[in-house]
Amino acid sequence: MDYFIELLFSGLTRGAIYALIALGYTMVYGIIGLINFAHGEVYMIGAFTALIAATVLSLWGVPLLAVLALAALAAAVWAAAYGCTIERLAYRPLRAAPRLSPLISAIGMSIFLQNYVLLAQTSEFQPFPALIPDLPLLEPWAAVVGTTDLAILVVSATVMVLLTLFIRFSRMGKAMRATAQDRTMALLTGINVDTVISVTFVVGSALAAIGGLLIASHIGQINFAIGFIAGIKAFTAAVLGGIGSIPGAVLGSFVLGLTESFATGYVSSDYEDVFAFSLLVLILIFRPAGLLGKGSVDKV
Amino acid sequence: MKSRTLALLAALALTVACAAPSPAVDTAKPVKIGVAGAHSGDLASYGLPTLKAAQLIVKDINERGGINGRPVELLIEDDVCKPEIATNTATKLVSAGAHAVIGHICSGPTRAALPIYRAANIPVVSPSATTPSLTQGGEYPNFFRTIAADDAQARTQVDFALTSLKAKKIAVLHDKGDYGKGLAEYARDFITASGQAEVVLFEGVTPGAVDYSAAVQKVKRSGADTVLFGGYHPEASKIVGQMRQKRLTTHFVSDDGVKVDTFIQVAGKDAEGVYATGPADVSQNPLTIEYREKFRQAEGTDPGAFFDNAVAATLALTNAIAKAGSTEPKAIAQALRTEKVATPFGPISFDAKGEPVGIGFSIYQVRDGRYVQVQ
Repeated sequence: MDYFIELLFSGLTRGAIYALIALGYTMVYGIIGLINFAHGEVYMIGAFTALIAATVLSLWGVPLLAVLALAALAAAVWAAAYGCTIERLAYRPLRAAPRLSPLISAIGMSIFLQNYVLLAQTSEFQPFPALIPDLPLLEPWAAVVGTTDLAILVVSATVMVLLTLFIRFSRMGKAMRATAQDRTMALLTGINVDTVISVTFVVGSALAAIGGLLIASHIGQINFAIGFIAGIKAFTAAVLGGIGSIPGAVLGSFVLGLTESFATGYVSSDYEDVFAFSLLVLILIFRPAGLLGKGSVDKV
Repeated sequence: MKSRTLALLAALALTVACAAPSPAVDTAKPVKIGVAGAHSGDLASYGLPTLKAAQLIVKDINERGGINGRPVELLIEDDVCKPEIATNTATKLVSAGAHAVIGHICSGPTRAALPIYRAANIPVVSPSATTPSLTQGGEYPNFFRTIAADDAQARTQVDFALTSLKAKKIAVLHDKGDYGKGLAEYARDFITASGQAEVVLFEGVTPGAVDYSAAVQKVKRSGADTVLFGGYHPEASKIVGQMRQKRLTTHFVSDDGVKVDTFIQVAGKDAEGVYATGPADVSQNPLTIEYREKFRQAEGTDPGAFFDNAVAATLALTNAIAKAGSTEPKAIAQALRTEKVATPFGPISFDAKGEPVGIGFSIYQVRDGRYVQVQ
């Protein structure tokens, strides 16, 4: 039973990590029907920004909690600027183009950003400081769940709730839903669609950056390529849960994380990916739109 | 066509027959040493340093008056690192009357050429062929090498875990890659064969994953007292970090891919106490310094791959011929096994199978933020 609980928490941590990235994928897809392959890179850039900010702030002798808050803020703002710029440069000019064009543009953006960080920063792995201190209170359970794991869980749950509320009740959220339903009609009712799409990228990128900070703090290292693998897994989770749906992305992430964890624990980590992707295939066979996705015909 | 082939074969047989029985010490006759390896093509950079090493040493020997008064002549043959060409290379060397061969460079061509050398009874010393079965199969009693075999690293790890760490339950993890998984499989087999410890877990983790805590929990559950990890430093630092996060104090023993400073830098305080195998540092050995300097003077660049190993191979072979007092294959092989010779790796000799004794891996441990040799 102890072992089960340990694996459960491992899976939940993994799921929460995927969820932080998957939310950005699903939001962008929900609004403009584009799979933003550069999203993983925005997460990576967020982590690098947090690292640089945290290093500088630590040198100035700022207390740890303030470092955490300021680094998160810096990462979110900087990554949001990237997200917004990527949309302006790579997606907006192609909005009227066939569906495949922005997809290729997204892949190109992803490759460009990876190599840009490789050249501008370094190809080596960099140590990432543990920005979240171990709480003495949690020490008896350290073998099961660490403070950072818990922080990731709490943050991703909070973010999901806030995001759902934002989209359901705020003015901008309503505009987003309108744009998602019918972009032309939204324009006719006076919604500034460009702003709505920009805001979507800003929010998604900021979330990815917070995720970058938490995850890098959890695994203690970053390099230019971390966005790729994490991005692929998060994308899988978003598809599993039903791409375009916010609770779906979170549910899909947890299903994926738990599957991997239990597959490792009870079978073998050699087959971790086999189980994860078999599950994806199975779910897509029986529910092509994903767990919580709404069936739609024209979206790829 | 057929008659021509026959004539060729006859000529070949004649040269072999003439070359092989020449035990009578004739001071005028040169000692012929073949140098076979990739000297052109895309893997030339592996073979040329060996050629250069042999040439440098033979030049020195000849300036000092040769081996027992006989000059040394190098027979240079290119195998382009291709097995199908290596058989021709070997046949050419045999028919040219080589008394011994330094080479080949790549493991595949070496394997292809060895039957030909065995038939002609010629001792062969490779500076770089690392496939374990070349020596361990016992098919080629006259084959030697001056490089540690692929499984030597795993053997060093396992010996260290069993004797120094007194490990009883070992979890073997790897990164599913050629290098890491290969090492892990050797280690698993050595542990099982030793009978002194039990492999309680053998698993591959996915490189680049965001979290390894499930695998770490599995290690904990297996009750392992030692973790052997085959792979590179990014995964190693994540696994060690998560083991320490889960308050596991299990020994962590890894490989050359982890014995890099980046590992210590990234893993930080979690790196403390981690063991890793790595080649012994030979850069301070006077012979290493001497021959690297000679290479620089001759070529104007730093020596490339396997240069130190090639220096060791040439020194060992010429020393054995000198000590044997003849170019008789049996005597050379015997001298290679019994006579210790000074090389860039320190004094070495060869064991019954032809593996070098004295060239291998050392164990390092992270202490106060740097790797310290512990064994």
